[in-house]
Amino acid sequence: MRLKGGIAAVLALGIALGCAVKAQDLASFEKRTTVKVLPNGLTLIVCERPEAPVFSFYTLVDAGSANDPQGASGLAHMFEHMAFKGSAEIGTTNYLAEKVALAKVEIAYAAYDAEFRKRVGQSPAKLAELKKTFEDAQAAAQKYVIPNQFSEIAEENGAVGINASTGEDSTQYFWSMPSNRLELWAYLESQRIGHPVEREFYKERNVVQEERRMRVDSAPIGRMIEQFLAAAYVAHPYGRPGVGWESEISQVTATEAAAFHAKYYVPSNIVVAVVGDVKAAQAMPVLERYFDKIPAGPKPEPMTTIEPPQVAEKSVIIREATQPFYIEGYHRPDYRDPDDSTYDAIADIFSNGRTARLYRSLVRDQKIAAEAQGFTGFPGDKFPGLFAVYAVPLPGHTPEQMRDAIHKELDRWKDSDVTDAELERFKTRAKADLLRGLGNNEGLAHQLAEYQTRYGDWRELFRQLDRINAVSKADIRRVANKIFIDSNRTSARIEFVAQQKQTTSAMRSAPTPPAAEQNVGGAK
Amino acid sequence: MKRISTMRIAATMAPVLLATLSVSAQSTAVKPANSTKPAAVQPWKKIVIPPLHAFKPAQPRRIELANGLVIFLQEDHELPFINGSILIRGGSRDEPAAKAGLVTMYGQTWRTSGTATENGDQLDDQMEAKAAQIETAGSVASTSVRWSSLKGDFDTVFAATVDVLLHPTFRADKLQLARRQMETAISRRNDDPGDISIREAIKLAYGADNPYARQPEYATVDAVTLEDLKAWHDRTVVPNNMIVAVSGDFNGASMEATLRKAFEPLARGEELKTAAIRFTDPKPGIHFAEKADVNQSNVLIVGLGTERSNPDYYALSVMNEVFSGGFGSRVVQNVRTKLGLAYEVGGAFGASYDHPGIFYVQAATKSATTVAATQALDAEIARLKTEPPTASELSKAKDQVLNSFIFHYDSPDKVLNEQVMLAFYGYPSDFLDKYKAGIEKVTSADVARVANKYVDQSKLATIVVGNEAEIAPKLDVLGKVTNLDITIPPPPAGAKE
Repeated sequence: MRLKGGIAAVLALGIALGCAVKAQDLASFEKRTTVKVLPNGLTLIVCERPEAPVFSFYTLVDAGSANDPQGASGLAHMFEHMAFKGSAEIGTTNYLAEKVALAKVEIAYAAYDAEFRKRVGQSPAKLAELKKTFEDAQAAAQKYVIPNQFSEIAEENGAVGINASTGEDSTQYFWSMPSNRLELWAYLESQRIGHPVEREFYKERNVVQEERRMRVDSAPIGRMIEQFLAAAYVAHPYGRPGVGWESEISQVTATEAAAFHAKYYVPSNIVVAVVGDVKAAQAMPVLERYFDKIPAGPKPEPMTTIEPPQVAEKSVIIREATQPFYIEGYHRPDYRDPDDSTYDAIADIFSNGRTARLYRSLVRDQKIAAEAQGFTGFPGDKFPGLFAVYAVPLPGHTPEQMRDAIHKELDRWKDSDVTDAELERFKTRAKADLLRGLGNNEGLAHQLAEYQTRYGDWRELFRQLDRINAVSKADIRRVANKIFIDSNRTSARIEFVAQQKQTTSAMRSAPTPPAAEQNVGGAK
Repeated sequence: MKRISTMRIAATMAPVLLATLSVSAQSTAVKPANSTKPAAVQPWKKIVIPPLHAFKPAQPRRIELANGLVIFLQEDHELPFINGSILIRGGSRDEPAAKAGLVTMYGQTWRTSGTATENGDQLDDQMEAKAAQIETAGSVASTSVRWSSLKGDFDTVFAATVDVLLHPTFRADKLQLARRQMETAISRRNDDPGDISIREAIKLAYGADNPYARQPEYATVDAVTLEDLKAWHDRTVVPNNMIVAVSGDFNGASMEATLRKAFEPLARGEELKTAAIRFTDPKPGIHFAEKADVNQSNVLIVGLGTERSNPDYYALSVMNEVFSGGFGSRVVQNVRTKLGLAYEVGGAFGASYDHPGIFYVQAATKSATTVAATQALDAEIARLKTEPPTASELSKAKDQVLNSFIFHYDSPDKVLNEQVMLAFYGYPSDFLDKYKAGIEKVTSADVARVANKYVDQSKLATIVVGNEAEIAPKLDVLGKVTNLDITIPPPPAGAKE
């Protein structure tokens, strides 16, 4: 139920690749991995790894925050929270009665909402009355709720790591369990994915707003990243915060969440991977029995919006009582681009370990930064994302110095080739990282589901190594010259200014307005 | 750019109880009083749960050398890697207060400096070309050297590891690099409200000068010299202070021979003993730190916890599950799900291996509900003493611990790490078995007894980090408010640049 805020998570994905050693090659995985596409379109993957009597699953829904409807940012994440609220069979004392009560909640909320949003002629008395009706309707529906029964059943049955995350590109649900609970899990998972009930929606909406306050409003880096992405994108939803703008997340409705589910949680949009002490021959029929029952639906139409080429450098300067920080990003193509592995190569050589260029230049030699890294595919890579670079200045050094030093390093990519040692290190590391990732159920389930979704075949997890190995020095130089140009850049920085006492009234109306300033300059 | 973890307080504040490592950020139910009748069907109850496949995890082989060095070997042939660690007694709790930060800087400078044969930068080149790692680190109770490589590279990587362990040359430029990074962290420590609240909570629970709570300052990191690092190395790197653990794709007999050859020649030294550390309970009251640029308050209520060796550890573990162990726990159920007051909420009566853990309850809530959330947390603490777990709460809590017990030892690395920690802190190797048996015996009366014995609201302090202008009603309705001074002391004149 956490929002995938992970730059690290985004980074990790592209780099893990394959190699053939011992029993850990593609051929060995072919023998113990079974894929089945059900008649309703849902894809099941079972991978046998009988090291201990446990299993992990990873349910990947190919829709994320980028699919939030206009005016309802945060909805994908809100729905992810709701997927823990149970179904018609779980979490209720009497679903038929509850269903009627929940319908009344929606009617009452719609009436309240209509009055609340009135721009002219809003009646405070009527608003209060409608609010009361809405609250009474919620209380009436609450009578039937067994709160958190879904998660309780999982916990009592030994589930660990119960969680979910919503990224821009996809939404995922996962936990691990003793292997004798496989059927129980299949029941639970098929219930919440296929038949969720939007109960306690408006209370959970408050919880999600607290999540926004924690991750964005009250966190300096969170605030900065929100402004950074909003500046970098003019059309594509990658420019909106995944947790949602406050005004929108505070006004979404259970009806909207149900509609989001109906549209995007269709079986053809979902891959479920199970890894561990399971035998495909026995497990697959059990899984089918439960997941088969989810009604089929049309696969959602692909998004029309494509971010137009950036024509002017943009920058965000936040002046506040926070220590300085600098980040910049350049638009790059999505993960299907033939140069995808080249971006991974640049990120790896730029950032990975103490041999990385940014560490050696900014941290070790120039002694101006505590930390400096680049990463690719931010905030996602299903659609064109950013290649971003950030640096944390040492005390006494400025964001401007970070920017200059980063630009010098970017010019190196454009003006000269990487060394043989650098390129080789990237390729060696990619192989080793893939191998290291094969030794745990959670990671494997994640990888298999992800690659199956992205490429239509989990085998790409191993085959991607061929593309990694094909990356050449010339590719790197060509790609660097293509994207690291001024007009393709958006930057954000925090400049420290001592705390000024703000007036109480100003603080009330806008609790955390960082003094942000957006400049749009001409193309250079 | 670090990912915020919901478990950040658990991670920061001393090891949480074994069993509560799972969830802290979700929610569930004491069955609501108004639920008129039980759920109609409950189809999941009809699903047959077959017996779990028999599974006996391989235990690591323990070898003790004549010089006191302890070795654990855990063969694991699934992947072609060999990983090792050398855990060395002595950590930041043992460093002089005037040099707080020494062990962290030592842990970094050790590896980045390298050895007489290969400096740190050369080592970086060599290791990363093999996708291998050798890293050193400083921690609260120990320092460590860890390595990892493909098994084909083991000989060279292990030789380099032993060279780092025994023949480091601490270099001035790398110490300065470490110092500047410490200074960066110090300068930034008031940027994030969550970080502030955790830091101040630990200081209140343990006492600001307690070795588990004290903070590096510009002056203390400035005071650390190359000689300090060398002296720390000489004092701690002796075989009877070390535990070596190796896991991966190797032959046990030949690995034993390799390790004996490397470590048997080392001469026994003086064992490091941690000086007695005094713990006093915090004083009740509200401690407030202002953060004008936030719209959410971080609320923490803290006191002293216990040690795992306490015979009441089992009952306290079950109490933790009932209190805040997951979706079904009281705190999550009420503060998050029922009241919708927080996304991040949790707590535990913490137990460490060899010193009291921290009892904490926390929530992050919008400024306007600061008082309401604090009162809700207080009420849950009080309820621990007045309302013993119901039969349903007890069975849920125990099921949660026992049915997930397999996850304590479902991989060879987990089994190995468990044995290393037990050996390091002098616990019996069958601690986990005893823990399981202990949990099975816990009754509701046991939980009520330990709640009344250990939870004392007159020994708990409350910390709030938030935006005072937005907090209404004011905090003083909760009691006397003391303003915390979190100003960062400036660097001393003439600090090393």
